[in-house]
Amino acid sequence: MVIAPVAGRQRAIVTLALCAGVAALTLVSLGIGPVALSPATILHVLLGGGGDVQRIIVLEIRLPRAILAIAIGGILGLSGAALQGLVRNPLASPSLFGAPQAAAFGAVLLIALGWADIHSFALPVAAILAAFTSVFVLLVIAGRDTSLLILILAGLAISALAGAATSLTMNLSSNPFAALEIAFWLLGSLEDRSFRHVALALPFIAAGAVALMSQRHAFRTLSLGEEAALSLGVNVGRLRLWTILGVALGIGGAVAVAGAIGFIGLVAPHLMRPLIGYDPSRLLVPSALTGAVLLLAADIAVRVIPSTSDIKVGVLTALIGVPFFLYLIVRERRALGGGVA
Amino acid sequence: MSEDAVLVASSLSVHLGKRLVLNDISLALPSRRLVALVGPNGAGKTTLLRALAGLLPSEGRIEIRGDALSSLSLRERARRFAYLPQGHQVHWPLPTRDVVALGRYPHGAYDPGRLTGHDADAVARAMRMADVLNLSDRRVTELSGGERSRVALARVLAVEAPVLLANEPTASLDPRYQIEVLVKLRATADNGTLVVVVTHDLGLAARFADIVLVMSEGRLVSQGPPAGALSEAVMAEVFRIRTYRADHEREIVLVPWAEV
Repeated sequence: MVIAPVAGRQRAIVTLALCAGVAALTLVSLGIGPVALSPATILHVLLGGGGDVQRIIVLEIRLPRAILAIAIGGILGLSGAALQGLVRNPLASPSLFGAPQAAAFGAVLLIALGWADIHSFALPVAAILAAFTSVFVLLVIAGRDTSLLILILAGLAISALAGAATSLTMNLSSNPFAALEIAFWLLGSLEDRSFRHVALALPFIAAGAVALMSQRHAFRTLSLGEEAALSLGVNVGRLRLWTILGVALGIGGAVAVAGAIGFIGLVAPHLMRPLIGYDPSRLLVPSALTGAVLLLAADIAVRVIPSTSDIKVGVLTALIGVPFFLYLIVRERRALGGGVA
Repeated sequence: MSEDAVLVASSLSVHLGKRLVLNDISLALPSRRLVALVGPNGAGKTTLLRALAGLLPSEGRIEIRGDALSSLSLRERARRFAYLPQGHQVHWPLPTRDVVALGRYPHGAYDPGRLTGHDADAVARAMRMADVLNLSDRRVTELSGGERSRVALARVLAVEAPVLLANEPTASLDPRYQIEVLVKLRATADNGTLVVVVTHDLGLAARFADIVLVMSEGRLVSQGPPAGALSEAVMAEVFRIRTYRADHEREIVLVPWAEV
């Protein structure tokens, strides 16, 4: 199969189209809800017009939700692309590595201990520390020659451990209502989020994105393996550390306000490869934009799908993401069967 | 030959864990030479190659063009040593030209889509030299083993470093490609580069190298022109083999023949 490499022009068009997609879905997201608003009204409100009720609905209720969907979807897509570049494997993603599960455990532990109210940043910081630990431990276990099998098994173990620890924390929680609330929060949702949540998550997500983007060109050299990357002057140890740090900051910040939303990091880079090419450095920005589009769309879908109670957006992304993951496994079956990464 | 030596190592030792993998190696290699580094499995050839390029920590002193390796930044090292790892693996189906352009990374050309004229020229030169210009837009993962080895060669040539270190560049290639790769490395050396090649093929080493370094159990046990360095005594002692020897077209022919 001979596929011509993707030209720079096509990459630019795809990136612009994704930006337009984010903008359009943001308008839809701001317009949808019990009070339907037209795009014209929304633009009017965003530019400073509109009545008080419209302003409250758009700016205070729906805008934080849309901003979080863009930021969280974006960092999930970016983290997925960065991790896939780091371990040179298309099946890598934050959720398969147990990062969101670990972050959730960090946050839940804090809530159960009653420390979440000490400082508003306590929750994201706990989530970030837990996410960092999980990815760090995973990469230490996997070692330098990151074979797919070891990565996935270690990721599975870490997710299971974090999940069990979370369950134990809820189990031991003296307040059953708190446990129920935690359980729902864990499913992942963007409902009823305010600008307070945006202020809580955005600095960490932005810092994570900066950390990952600062290493963007180094991911390309890793295509030749770690030894060759080192011989090209890339500090591979630092690249690993910045990547883990970036993913942990981003995922920790995201999980702290929205719970565990999985599989966007896995899916986004895959959707982009046919359009952008396989270059791990060039995939970063388009994957982030795709993540934003996916989460905006999923968050719109949970509001549109008729149901008696709210469907959590994390449930929806998992319902779509897991079959996609299975499809990838089937497609990569030969490589997996050989046990080679 | 120490007068114009481009690469000098003195008392070089490497420990991996508690094991002494390189034991007090000293050498001085001038430019414009093709050096073959040979020795049995586990002799420390790859370790020496990595240590010379500064890819793993070592004791002792390495000088490249008079500068201590330890005083150079990672980037500066990368400009002075082009290093070709074993296997020529590329993990993603990148276009050939982008892979070759990675050779310009140490020179600050981070994005193969935006090369300066100077970097683009270097990439074009390397691709012409390695004969891969016609593969420019092909994805490396779709190429044959021989084509891929030429692309890997082009990538290290694009660095345009004074020293080129290649780890078994002819492994798993058919005879024609083995000769092709060594002819290109020979030409690179003749153009002014010091080329050091790790190989198990004693015949190719004898045929193409100016200098042969023989390693055994972490030590440098023999060095010099092929006929001397690969003497019958060294063959017996280090490799535990007898060889068939002859001359052909004024080059030494050396064929591993039987166990000792």
